[in-house]
Amino acid sequence: MPNLQDSNLGKENRHLLILSVALIIFSFFLVRLFNVQVINDEYSELAQQNAIRRVNSYPPRGIIFDRNGRKIVVNRPIYDLMVVPNELPKPLDTFELANLIRISPNELKHRLLKATAYSKFKPSLLHAQIRLEDFVNIQERLHDFNGIYAETRTNRTYLYPNAAHLLGYIGEASPDLIAKSNGEYRSGDYVGISGLEKTYENYLKGKRGVQYRYVDVHNREVGQYKEGAFDSLPIPGEDLHLGLDIELQVYAEKLMANKLGSVVAIEPSTGEILALVSAPGYDPNLMVGSLRGKNYKSLSKNPLKPLFNRPLQAMYPPGSIVKSLQALIGQELGLIRSETRFPCGGGYSIGSHTVKCTHTHGALNLEESIQQSCNPYYCYVFKTMVDQNHGLKPKEGYKIWYDFMRKFNVGRKCEIDLPNERNGILPSSEYYDKVFGLNRWKSSSIISLAIGQGEFGMTPLQMAHTMAIFANKGDYYRPHLVRSIGATGQKKMKYREQHHIPVKAKSFLVVQDAMQKVVDQGTATAYGKIDSIVFCGKTGTAQNPHGKDHAVFVCFAPRKNPRIAIAVLIENAGFGGVWAAPVASLMIEKYLLGGTKRPDLEERILKARILPQGIDSSAAPKKITG
Amino acid sequence: MREQKNVFQFIDKPLLWTYVVLTIIGWIAIYSAVYNSNYHNLWDIHQEYGKQMIWILSSWLIMMVLLSVNPRIYHQCGPLVYLVTMVLGLAVAFLGREINGARAWFDIGSFRLQPAEFMKLSTSLMVAFFFANRPIRMDHFGSQIMAGLWLVIPVALLLLQKDTGSALVYASFVLVYYREGLSVNYLIYGLIIALLSVLTLWLGMNTMWVVLPVILVLYVVLAADSRKAFFNGIKLTLPSMALVSGVGYAFEHILLAHQKQRILVLLGKVDDLRGAGYNVHQSLIAIGSGGFWGKGFLQGTQTKFDFVPEQSTDFIFCTIAEEYGFWGSAMLLALFGFLLYRIFAIAERQPGTFGRVFGYSVGCILFIHITINIGMTLGLLPVIGIPLPMISYGGSSLWSFTAMIAILLRLDSGRMLGIR
Repeated sequence: MPNLQDSNLGKENRHLLILSVALIIFSFFLVRLFNVQVINDEYSELAQQNAIRRVNSYPPRGIIFDRNGRKIVVNRPIYDLMVVPNELPKPLDTFELANLIRISPNELKHRLLKATAYSKFKPSLLHAQIRLEDFVNIQERLHDFNGIYAETRTNRTYLYPNAAHLLGYIGEASPDLIAKSNGEYRSGDYVGISGLEKTYENYLKGKRGVQYRYVDVHNREVGQYKEGAFDSLPIPGEDLHLGLDIELQVYAEKLMANKLGSVVAIEPSTGEILALVSAPGYDPNLMVGSLRGKNYKSLSKNPLKPLFNRPLQAMYPPGSIVKSLQALIGQELGLIRSETRFPCGGGYSIGSHTVKCTHTHGALNLEESIQQSCNPYYCYVFKTMVDQNHGLKPKEGYKIWYDFMRKFNVGRKCEIDLPNERNGILPSSEYYDKVFGLNRWKSSSIISLAIGQGEFGMTPLQMAHTMAIFANKGDYYRPHLVRSIGATGQKKMKYREQHHIPVKAKSFLVVQDAMQKVVDQGTATAYGKIDSIVFCGKTGTAQNPHGKDHAVFVCFAPRKNPRIAIAVLIENAGFGGVWAAPVASLMIEKYLLGGTKRPDLEERILKARILPQGIDSSAAPKKITG
Repeated sequence: MREQKNVFQFIDKPLLWTYVVLTIIGWIAIYSAVYNSNYHNLWDIHQEYGKQMIWILSSWLIMMVLLSVNPRIYHQCGPLVYLVTMVLGLAVAFLGREINGARAWFDIGSFRLQPAEFMKLSTSLMVAFFFANRPIRMDHFGSQIMAGLWLVIPVALLLLQKDTGSALVYASFVLVYYREGLSVNYLIYGLIIALLSVLTLWLGMNTMWVVLPVILVLYVVLAADSRKAFFNGIKLTLPSMALVSGVGYAFEHILLAHQKQRILVLLGKVDDLRGAGYNVHQSLIAIGSGGFWGKGFLQGTQTKFDFVPEQSTDFIFCTIAEEYGFWGSAMLLALFGFLLYRIFAIAERQPGTFGRVFGYSVGCILFIHITINIGMTLGLLPVIGIPLPMISYGGSSLWSFTAMIAILLRLDSGRMLGIR
């Protein structure tokens, strides 16, 4: 072992330098401390009596406009009372304070205890959402209560008692969100919970500001701390301009009064939603303020399910409206032509089962088959596409048909700018392999798909979107509500992108001809035809295992340069031509001509009550006006 | 048994008691920082003071255990402990939990373990082992490289974890190496480098590129022997320019945005009262409002407001300075001063190299922690999140500092019995 002692030779005094360094630094700290704590009294003045109050200033949320610049959603000031328990006067006259803010003394004591439990020194919410009218009285007396002050916020006011499902509502941020938001949200902040308020939360919310103010012993704010050097102004949220036509929306909701169902109207050239109705609706103002919890509860208990956003979430078998699509795909695959005829002896038989035709006619060509909505015709078309598609196996034929349908957003989301949209239902060939066994199925196993029944589900939004694509002969934008955001005036990227479904113009032409005849001299003529407007439509009846069938009508108008594509679905209303077609027809008149020339028809629709048996129309949610 | 009894008899009581007192002061400060009049339960482990109570009691237990271990183990365990902690340090950089940008913590139940804290201890053991087991001449380049290597590994791992504060701690080993023979010139170089770096950040890299040659020219012109002055001058100027460029580059491209901001605020180049500057400003208000005598136990209002950030960890000194004033802060500094003095004195009186090097490592690590932490709260150094030893809330650091002091005490108590 080497002599380790030697390694220390000649270095015995080196510790002196190290100790000196430490001594110098510590002395420097002492001087600095003495300077900050004893000599310089700027800091202690700043800290005097906790005289600085940190007041949040909340930005106004973005305003929502309709396509014609009408305000739909605005803000209204409300006041939150905050309390810093440590600053409260001792003793505190709880009776008087309770009286002032109109709560019971017990409730007040409970809230003060809660605030103290949270922190004696940090502000807690004492009383939320006081209206301006009430706050004026409170403000006058506030100087008697040190430690209590008000923060101004804004809450939503919906100027129309309509469009609740698409606008959505805001509410206090949940503890979970606050924890995850990394300081973005604090307790008591509002956040969009549903609808556009949720989807566009990041644009609408703006940015919170903070102000530091000196407060004197009388609880009065006497000035800015450091001339506002620490302050930040709130940045208002960005406005939303919708493609929605609020008057059309209001009209559609009126037409849908006392009925269950959906109306979706899209501008085909842009994909902008013109109206999006879920019936029954409710007044969005029910979801504002302190009564929101109570109102929400009563709405959620309502048997008509007014909270259910039908156009995006309800899935119905599309029924006969799918024939337009079948006709298009059949032509496109080169399997049928406009003159192709299939026999109709009143039904299409597979073994013991027969798909009946609801109309009486002989063998029809393609155009007539749509006009007359012939079921057997489309069973043959479907059979041709699946079983006899240029020598492909049924599975492969089905796959081609399936892919085609999906191009039209059947069975998948349209990706509208609203939360909770449903996919719809369109089973894949793999699914049928599982159900029937590998390759052990063909068109006859799934023939109900041919006429839009069976394991087939479309949302009303998807139905309207399909019509928009038909109107544009294959071009489309994804359906969306917001046409421009804030000052930049852009819409979201994905809604600026045009999509194209490669289908020959001639195929569309044949189907459009047929759909025009549906309106002019077919299943929708009686209640749908408008004398001055040429348009295309298709009726449908969605099978309902629980009761009377649902009525469906889809259309776009006018045929040349279409400006509106509509899907109307009325639950339990039976055949589509009787109830759904007139609603769409009246909306076209309203949108294109400004009003109807058929007051009798309008009157009949407005008065109609089509509700499931055993449910009283008084169950429909009340609207509040104002 | 006889030996065991003697061991406890020879333990350095002043150092032991200073340590105990500091942990108690720490607990009182944390209690005060998170005090809430409605919860008085000192044992509530959902409160930081409740947890810290557990940390303190367990660290006292660790102290007792480590004091009863045969010190030969400490002489030998360096490499193994070093290896284990470095592997942990590597693992946490990838598997750990990310907090405030650094991936430096393992979650174990409701507690968190920070390997960085134990890396300090293991590096001390490793460096001491390194010096004790072969003759090391710190004036030789090879030895310098070897000695440096033990520091480069943990520093690299800490930078990987994005824990810059803990990486900075290893700079303190320069003093240890100086004590073991590193030329004093390195300290002077270090000082010059620090000075140049600050100047570069303050004046900007481009200005320095102009200033340095101008100084060179002036020096050459004014010197008696211009020729000699030129060669001497160029030898200093070129490395300086390289350094200036390096610092400039590092500042622009390596430091994260918030770190840059903290430095700019400290240099007074940016007035960021809402961000980084706000914390220091509020810290100074809290300290300054303490006055000479302080506001008294639990009376500190600035720290209890939301104003001061990280009140129980990095900014714990604020709470003490606000509640106990200049008097209390000075006493705490004196206590720390005594702690350091005692550690260095113990290190000096060790008969063997191992004890001395280990003692200096412990002393210098504590010293740099205290300096950076208090310097930061006083607004003299940039905001770097490292704990104030024995005082700040946190179990890993307390355990680590406890182990350092315990091992030193054990080595010291054994010295009379002929164990090196």
